[in-house]
Amino acid sequence: MQNISYDLITALPEIIVVSMAMLILLADFFIKPANRIVLYILAQATLLAAVCATLMTYVPSVGYAFTNTFVDDSLADILKLMTYIGTALIFVYSRQYIQQRNMYRGEFYALVLFSVLGMMIMISGQSMLTLYIGLELLSLSLYALVALDRDNARATEAAMKYFVLGALASGMLLYGMSMIYGATGSLNIAEIQSTLMSQKANSVLILGLVFIVSGIAFKLGAVPFQMWVPDVYEGSPTAVTMLISSVPKFAAFAMVIRLLAQGLGTQAMVVEWQQMLIMMAVLSIIIGNITAIAQTNLKRMLAYSTISHVGFILFGVFSASMNGLSSAMFYVASYVLMTLAGFGMILLLSRKGFEADQLENLKGLNQRSPWYAFLLMIVMLSMMGFPFTVGFIAKFSVLQAAFQAGYMWLVVFAAIMACIGAFYYLRVVWYMYFEAPNDHNPIVAPLEMRVILSLNVIALIALGVMPEILLELCGFAITKSLS
Amino acid sequence: MTFFGLPFHDIVFYVLAAILLYAAINVIITRNPVYAALYLVLAFFTAAGIWLLLEAEFLAITLVLVYVGAVMVLFLFVVMMLDINLDKLREGFWNALPVALPVGGLMAVEMVMIVGTRHFGVDKVAAPVAHAADYSNTAELGRVLYTDYLLPFELASVVLLVAIVAAIALTLRSRKESKSMDPAKQVLVKKEDRLRILKMDATVEKIDVIVVPTEEAK
Repeated sequence: MQNISYDLITALPEIIVVSMAMLILLADFFIKPANRIVLYILAQATLLAAVCATLMTYVPSVGYAFTNTFVDDSLADILKLMTYIGTALIFVYSRQYIQQRNMYRGEFYALVLFSVLGMMIMISGQSMLTLYIGLELLSLSLYALVALDRDNARATEAAMKYFVLGALASGMLLYGMSMIYGATGSLNIAEIQSTLMSQKANSVLILGLVFIVSGIAFKLGAVPFQMWVPDVYEGSPTAVTMLISSVPKFAAFAMVIRLLAQGLGTQAMVVEWQQMLIMMAVLSIIIGNITAIAQTNLKRMLAYSTISHVGFILFGVFSASMNGLSSAMFYVASYVLMTLAGFGMILLLSRKGFEADQLENLKGLNQRSPWYAFLLMIVMLSMMGFPFTVGFIAKFSVLQAAFQAGYMWLVVFAAIMACIGAFYYLRVVWYMYFEAPNDHNPIVAPLEMRVILSLNVIALIALGVMPEILLELCGFAITKSLS
Repeated sequence: MTFFGLPFHDIVFYVLAAILLYAAINVIITRNPVYAALYLVLAFFTAAGIWLLLEAEFLAITLVLVYVGAVMVLFLFVVMMLDINLDKLREGFWNALPVALPVGGLMAVEMVMIVGTRHFGVDKVAAPVAHAADYSNTAELGRVLYTDYLLPFELASVVLLVAIVAAIALTLRSRKESKSMDPAKQVLVKKEDRLRILKMDATVEKIDVIVVPTEEAK
């Protein structure tokens, strides 16, 4: 507490985001509905300012602020930059959609920015207290966003489900944290780690760990805590589904790193959580891939696809090596990029009063627009893990890490499951190219959305051909903050 | 000061704990929701008493003021105003019991095993040091709240702000049929909006006098 100016500079990106979110709330009051583009520009400017602040305050060393409740390391900075970019893409893709659905209000942008703040706090949380409050901030904003289109009964139902189950998961996480606090006497991640160095795993720690892993699994959407994922994805307005499914995964990944790899990352504890994560990873890949085959709703299908992707991310995490964690981070980054492009396509095909969320709506997309059909094909191939796309590199690197850690049979199994999963991704491609269109409405979208969506999809190929930069960035972030 | 071989402090604890358990069990099993809410108030009071024993007087008073004084009163209002159909809520109780009872029992046994004296006994966790009479728990809490826990404290306020924004965004509707006044519009009214002045020629119309014949004239 001696050095408040250092604390404030370290938390500058957070301060910018929270101030601008409040400014947008106030500005909404004075701006006529016709000029609401100002709010959109303000929201994008906030993210740009946060990017600048994060880059300008970057230092290679690890800094602790606010009496060790907040950490500023390379991992935090890189994950935050990815979060800003992802959120900026969400703002671009969702503008037309929310305009058509009575959600184009200051609250939308303010709540999204508050959820971004929650993610940033989770990414930088060095104390279990900060991590938990960041998570609550994120979750509360998301519940409200799901229900924001309040005359939509399905969205309200989804929000209620999400809220009740989310509150349960938060409670479990908090209970686990209280157990860890009881066993170690500290909330601070680094202190917990140093206390545990000299301790063997006892039943208090294991109970705490079980609850913490359950809470994290819920937030990630891993089996057996996946029940909310399909319902919430399907019921939410697509713009909000895109938000829920994408950038919060960075924060959840950061929480995994902070709690499991740093706080509970001692030799005795790693063995314990590895087993739990192996179970969850295997089950997620099975249930995600097999159930997705039976879906006719595109959003539900992507929800199950998310569950299987989370399984792959956990493959990288339970390897518990530098290589495993950095490939898991690479997987998260590429997953977010693919998901944003996928939901961006659904938003592009939707129009006022019409949701393009059925697989049938994609029939004959090639005849309606060859370019968009091509883009969606790339997204699907990348999610499937086709060579020369980023999805392939991501799957390859997590499985390679698991292989190095000695889980050969699990790797073989995951590869087989990925092949089964290819069926439902390729079915989308089949619908687009080999079926006759049943919808002849023109596809209308703002220029910036079309350009950026195309660039997003091209990035999937570009990163698939030249993954070195992103791979090195992830490796750099993980080694800097874990060694 | 000991009674029956127990220190006075312990006796107070056991009495309060017994009342707390009694009240908490009654919150669950009582049929009338108003009684349940009142039992919850009792549970809060006794919990506050236990906190006082632990020298956490600020928390104890806050618990009474905030939970008993504000939250539970609101809760009672809601319970009394809503017509809750309890029979419907209790449907399926006996069907779920065979599954719920073993699961609940198992969890209770596990929790007793873990949070019991084996891991949190007096030999494992040192007893708290008793403070002098002029020690201010409130001042100490305030000191750490605004220094060591500044960031979580500020973030908690952001969480509350999000709750306000969400509550307003989800529930506030301007009803079309409501006849509310808008003072801003009222003061902006100009004379021209309300008063129409017609120019008329300054002539006097000639009025024909009609003579109504009276009954006598006939």
